[in-house]
Amino acid sequence: MRSHSSKPSWRPPRGVSRDRSGRARPLLLQALAEPERLPSLSAAGWDRLLREARRAEMLGRIAALVAGLGALDRIPTPARDPLEAARLIVEQQQRLIRWEITRILHALAGSDFPIVLLKGAAYLLAELPAGRGRLFADVDIMVPAEQLVQVEERLLQAGWEFVTLDRYDERYYRSWSHELMPMRHRHRGIVVDVHHNILPPVGRLLADARLLLEAARPLPGSRLAVLAPPDMILHSAVHMFQSGELHSALRDLTDLDALLRHFARDPGFFDALVARAHALGLARPLFYALRNTRRLLGTPTPEGLERRVDIPPRPVRALMDYLVSRAMVPRLPDATPRGVTLSRWALHVRYQWQRMPARLLARHLLHKALSRRAAR
Amino acid sequence: MTVGELARDEFLARLEHPGISLDTGPFLIRIKTAIGELADEVRFLYGEFPVLPDGGITHFRLELRRPAGLRRWWRPQVFSLFDGERRFEPMPLALAIPTLEWSLNWCVAANAHHHVMVHSAVLERDGRALLLPGTPGAGKSTLCAALAHRGWRLLSDEFALLRPADSQLVSWPRPISLKGPSIDLIRAFAPDARLGRTIPGTPKGPVAHLRPPSASVQRARDRAEPAWVVFPTYRAGEPARLTPLSRARAFYRLAQFSFNYELLGPPGFETLSRAIDGCDTYDFTYSKLDDALPLFQALVAPSSRRVAGS
Repeated sequence: MRSHSSKPSWRPPRGVSRDRSGRARPLLLQALAEPERLPSLSAAGWDRLLREARRAEMLGRIAALVAGLGALDRIPTPARDPLEAARLIVEQQQRLIRWEITRILHALAGSDFPIVLLKGAAYLLAELPAGRGRLFADVDIMVPAEQLVQVEERLLQAGWEFVTLDRYDERYYRSWSHELMPMRHRHRGIVVDVHHNILPPVGRLLADARLLLEAARPLPGSRLAVLAPPDMILHSAVHMFQSGELHSALRDLTDLDALLRHFARDPGFFDALVARAHALGLARPLFYALRNTRRLLGTPTPEGLERRVDIPPRPVRALMDYLVSRAMVPRLPDATPRGVTLSRWALHVRYQWQRMPARLLARHLLHKALSRRAAR
Repeated sequence: MTVGELARDEFLARLEHPGISLDTGPFLIRIKTAIGELADEVRFLYGEFPVLPDGGITHFRLELRRPAGLRRWWRPQVFSLFDGERRFEPMPLALAIPTLEWSLNWCVAANAHHHVMVHSAVLERDGRALLLPGTPGAGKSTLCAALAHRGWRLLSDEFALLRPADSQLVSWPRPISLKGPSIDLIRAFAPDARLGRTIPGTPKGPVAHLRPPSASVQRARDRAEPAWVVFPTYRAGEPARLTPLSRARAFYRLAQFSFNYELLGPPGFETLSRAIDGCDTYDFTYSKLDDALPLFQALVAPSSRRVAGS
């Protein structure tokens, strides 16, 4: 680790510094971008960082970064307790995820198609740095589309139940989505999402699931597999901006950052990534992934890489930069600039827009709006 | 510098802006409010807690505010903000101090998972701790307040905080909240008890807060070994009686009374089982404090130790 002066103020990564409102800049992004400087953070800095991280559900990540540096005894004593609390919660969640995966394997025993773990579960079982200190909401798996019926039946027989039983929701999932309705075992809390693709079959962006399954990497000694490294990045990239919530957006961003840093150790990786993005038709999401990780988290990527993917026209780029810096940058209530809620909403709408054709989207949003009113 | 050592004007000014940071032992908290009546209650109940300089780390920031608009004047309300965000329903203004206490309890129960947290009163004698876990209404707080004025050191009225590393109990000596008839009972039982204003009409009936004894606050950093787990039940007309309870049952109940046992998984299990291994465990029914207290004093005498729980 490089040594550094005890100067407490950090130079924020590019993009964050352009906060024209003049409010305090988020320390969380700086901490994620340059964790090696955490031990020199002042007490006032820790006070702020802990609050930002708690709001963004990133305390576990910060705890893992500090522990990874072996620096727990070099941070102020009162900062250690919240980090320890977060570490314990993350550890238990990861135990539950591992257990849930053994139960899924048990329920599907006797069949022989591959079970591909996606997102958090994949990072955890493939022991990737992206899994360290990461909170999990659920287990995501992907199976060949022709096995979907069998998987659904087996899980239902083994005690899983659909979380939602609304008839519209069911139709939505079955006709227009790339996954089954969320399932949960009746005795446990973890939600299982069974995918047959990483993108919906009706959206503007499409991906060929067979290519993904063919390239998947088996985990040693098991029928489990994870997506190939470029596909893992691309999946995380299409996932960005999915929900209008900060913590999931920031989690996707930190996942991407950790994956890119890790896979970058393979010299041929970025060429393979660009080629794969074009082959799967996902060059645009890759552009946003690369741009935003670099802008917000300082992720090191080769010079000129973004030009080799799919660059949107300048006004679109500028608008997206604005939305992202509003929506994804964690801020405390006392430092929230205008436009945050609107930006999150705009990114969410954009995500939905890509998920389905306009007519379907209009119908979907109308139904959601009416059912929400009816529920009131 | 403690709260009580600050001049009233200075305390009120700092409480209003930027807020007063208190060292409450395991948690550093910042309270901010411009509500004058609340300020005086805080000053009384937290009088002996050290004030921290501004600008350091605090674990929880709470602000109590009166809403703008109609509800400022008509049936005035108060609401609390955790870290600048509203997480709780507004309460009648008269309940400002219970609102502060409940919010603070919530902050800890929802966040302090570096401890196994059990809903329990905790008192200590000679380094050995007595846990009184219980549901509201079981007589836990009354018993706790009485013991705290008969030679036991108060660790906490609401939270048993057990360290996963060694199952030792961490002290968080907050005000004890007394409800209904307990208020007069404790006044009569311990004339030296320092009680705040009685607040009528809370969801739990009238409530008064007991200022934690000085010795408890001064020793907020001293931990204790769990030695007794006693489940109290108040039952009118019953004589005071300790009934031995198996450790297995006591363990199970502790887990049920815990805020985060399931959330922690194995560390929760290990911490509670290590704690219970070193404890004598009982059920306890009582109706009169004067009958109850001698039984607890007898627990401390070495001869009374049971051979084993089974």
